[in-house]
Amino acid sequence: MRLEPVAAPGLARTLGLPALALAGTFVVGALLVLAAGADPFATFGLIVQGAAGSKFAALETLNRATPLIFTGLAIAVAFRAKLWNIGAEAQLYAGALATVVLGTSALGLPPALMWPAMAGAAVIAGGLVLLGPVLLKVRLGVDEVVTTLLFNFIMLLFVSMLLEGPLKDPMGMGWPKSEALPRDYRLPRLVEGLRLHWGFALALIAAVVVWLIETRTTLGYEIRAVGQNARAARFAGIPVNRVLVKTALLSGGLAALAGFSEVSGLKGNLTQDLSPGFGYTGIIVAMLALLHPLGVVVSALFVAGIFVGADSMSRAAGVPSYIADILLATALLAMVLAILLTRFRVVRG
Amino acid sequence: MSGPDGAARDVVLRLDGITKRFGKLTANDRIDLALHRGEVMALLGENGAGKTTLMNILFGHYTADEGTVEVEGRPLPPGAPGAALKAGVGMVHQHFTLADNMTVLENILLGTEPLWTPRLGRRAARARVEALSRDFGLAVHPDARVATLSVGERQRVEILKALYRDARILILDEPTAVLTPQETAALFQTLRKMVARGLSVIFISHKLNEVMAISSRVAVLRHGRLVGEVATADTDRHRLAELMVGSEIVTPAPGTATPGAALLTLAAVRTAPRGDRPGLQGIDLSLRAGQITGLAGVSGNGQGALADLLSGLTAPTGGQMTLGIAAVTDWTPRAALAAGIGRIPEDRHDTGSIADFTLTENAVLEGYGSRPFSRRGVMDWTAARRHAADLIATYDVRCPGPDARIRLLSGGNMQKLILGRVLETGPMVILANQPVRGLDIGAVTYVQERLIAARDRGAAVLLISEDLDEVLTMADVIHVISEGRLSPPFPRGSKTPAELGAWMAGQGFDHAA
Repeated sequence: MRLEPVAAPGLARTLGLPALALAGTFVVGALLVLAAGADPFATFGLIVQGAAGSKFAALETLNRATPLIFTGLAIAVAFRAKLWNIGAEAQLYAGALATVVLGTSALGLPPALMWPAMAGAAVIAGGLVLLGPVLLKVRLGVDEVVTTLLFNFIMLLFVSMLLEGPLKDPMGMGWPKSEALPRDYRLPRLVEGLRLHWGFALALIAAVVVWLIETRTTLGYEIRAVGQNARAARFAGIPVNRVLVKTALLSGGLAALAGFSEVSGLKGNLTQDLSPGFGYTGIIVAMLALLHPLGVVVSALFVAGIFVGADSMSRAAGVPSYIADILLATALLAMVLAILLTRFRVVRG
Repeated sequence: MSGPDGAARDVVLRLDGITKRFGKLTANDRIDLALHRGEVMALLGENGAGKTTLMNILFGHYTADEGTVEVEGRPLPPGAPGAALKAGVGMVHQHFTLADNMTVLENILLGTEPLWTPRLGRRAARARVEALSRDFGLAVHPDARVATLSVGERQRVEILKALYRDARILILDEPTAVLTPQETAALFQTLRKMVARGLSVIFISHKLNEVMAISSRVAVLRHGRLVGEVATADTDRHRLAELMVGSEIVTPAPGTATPGAALLTLAAVRTAPRGDRPGLQGIDLSLRAGQITGLAGVSGNGQGALADLLSGLTAPTGGQMTLGIAAVTDWTPRAALAAGIGRIPEDRHDTGSIADFTLTENAVLEGYGSRPFSRRGVMDWTAARRHAADLIATYDVRCPGPDARIRLLSGGNMQKLILGRVLETGPMVILANQPVRGLDIGAVTYVQERLIAARDRGAAVLLISEDLDEVLTMADVIHVISEGRLSPPFPRGSKTPAELGAWMAGQGFDHAA
């Protein structure tokens, strides 16, 4: 068996195969649910119900999707330039750190100034965290997959050190957590009385902005050119290294907004378990969206729905909530295969 | 003496009804070919005519959808690479497959020695290689490291390798593309000695002169079909070309040039070495307005270094580069574009275009950063699309439209779009690096006429080509490049191909330097 390139993949191929990948994912999931001794249809029904069956469930899904939209966008933008940013987790924590440091610093600014200031600081912090690995890449040819991945652990240990030291909340009963942001500086609810904050709206705006950057601006054109063929881009006069640095600032900044949004919109303070791997899950989100910024919103909702739904399902049906991880991992692998098969067909012999 | 009849026994290789389809494309359509003992058969055809596919089927890299391959009367199992080698078919590829860090002898023996006793029989092997080398006029020292050999010598090693493995049939794929005229003549001597001893040769080429000179029979492929099989003695260049293209050919007439001021001058310019290849070794070059300057030379002698320099990809490490009257300082691709240098790169697929970008996106690859294609960092796709549509119309790019991905285009149409992108900016200096390599003849004529027209409106054109015929036809003045050194300029007609060949082989430079 060999792979032959497909000259012009039609619509059926470009959309049908990803759809097939998702369908395949649920077949695999159904088999595992059967193996766990439950009824697959009932179980998936419970997952859907748990994710969107009530107002509370739906809002919980939207809340969970918010950081995933940011990290998904961060990954999508970077991967578009073939900049393999595996460090969204570190950039998220950098953003959260900047938010907390600025928000608890008693500057006395009004909230209307403080929110953009905290968001801006987060973006800068996240961008700087990715800047290091990217400069190492363009100057010395150091592989960014390794450096960005390892930076996640460095960052987590750094946060942990700060939470045990200078940032430790004196009123925290000894727990490693930071002081909470003043109530005024927390992002307000989107609708009064509902547990959904402005971070979600910001995520949607970010998705639209990234989409506009990619399709309408010279920077977006440069990012795509560098990602598709850096050699041709360099020959045509596109400053490849400068484009990679700009991409890094954009990508790192987007991931950091996840940290800003989680701290100022939801948690109020910084802890070591602020993110249950949003930075890594962002890779799945971006890949499921085929790197399309608006698709990231849809796939983040899908991924968040499965997590939230599986939690509630496992309480009701007794199937372990790990099924969510398996479903997403299967979806990722199936999607990568689907992407391959949109561009290549399998030939015998 | 036990064969069915005399004629059949004489056939050493028979391809019978070979058909190979790739999706909708039929690369080989019921091809029947027979190679006789002791003959050189030329396989002639343009790029994409199906020559390579046919050879890949013969060597088992592809499986034919229909048809069979027989060597010396025995069918070859389909899809088994190595079966052809075992049956005595050897191939010399365009790109050599030698290990640079090993000696000639080691390269020849590689893969033929038993794993455990490599030293055993070294002496016998060496004697055999030396005998082959003497018998067939393949002069090369068995103990020389391949890295130190010239391209012509490497090709001899490849041939020796095949002969050492008892090849009775030798297939040469575009063997002269990398040779000087003198080396080509030597290769032809070798081939004649081989067929005199009963070996058989398939000579794949698209160069008509050479086909006429070396072959006894010509098989012509066009669009996957065998369109003609003639004895070389019964045909001529012109008829072969028509068979190959399917229509009459017009060669462009460059006319006379009226050279003007020097637009770009290099004085004692040096560049850093590129890998194991030398950079420019202090060259003097002056590109004049209204003149096509041809750069002849064997591939890998500094053409790439010069092209990269003029493209803005590399900066000189010594000497001076002057554009008009201004000395060049900060040198990047963008600076080269801003200075009015239009660049047609050697590799249109990988350097000149982005395969998965649309024609529109490719059309503005160099101009996207300024009006009318963008304003304050915002792209104007309407203007870009209009520009692409204009290029498609003006430069006769056959394509589904400006929104099609460029990788769907044939090489010729891709090159026309790149040519349009370059020429529409009205460049004063045009770098054309192998602008017609691999194009079909219609596209070749088109590109050459456009370059001549650009010269006639006053542009300085530098034409880099490994095809000496092309340089001789097109260039008003010729430089020869060898090992990073540049010959003095020779006006059109002042040197014969043989004299240029001597320069290409590195002779004459000591006096010039």
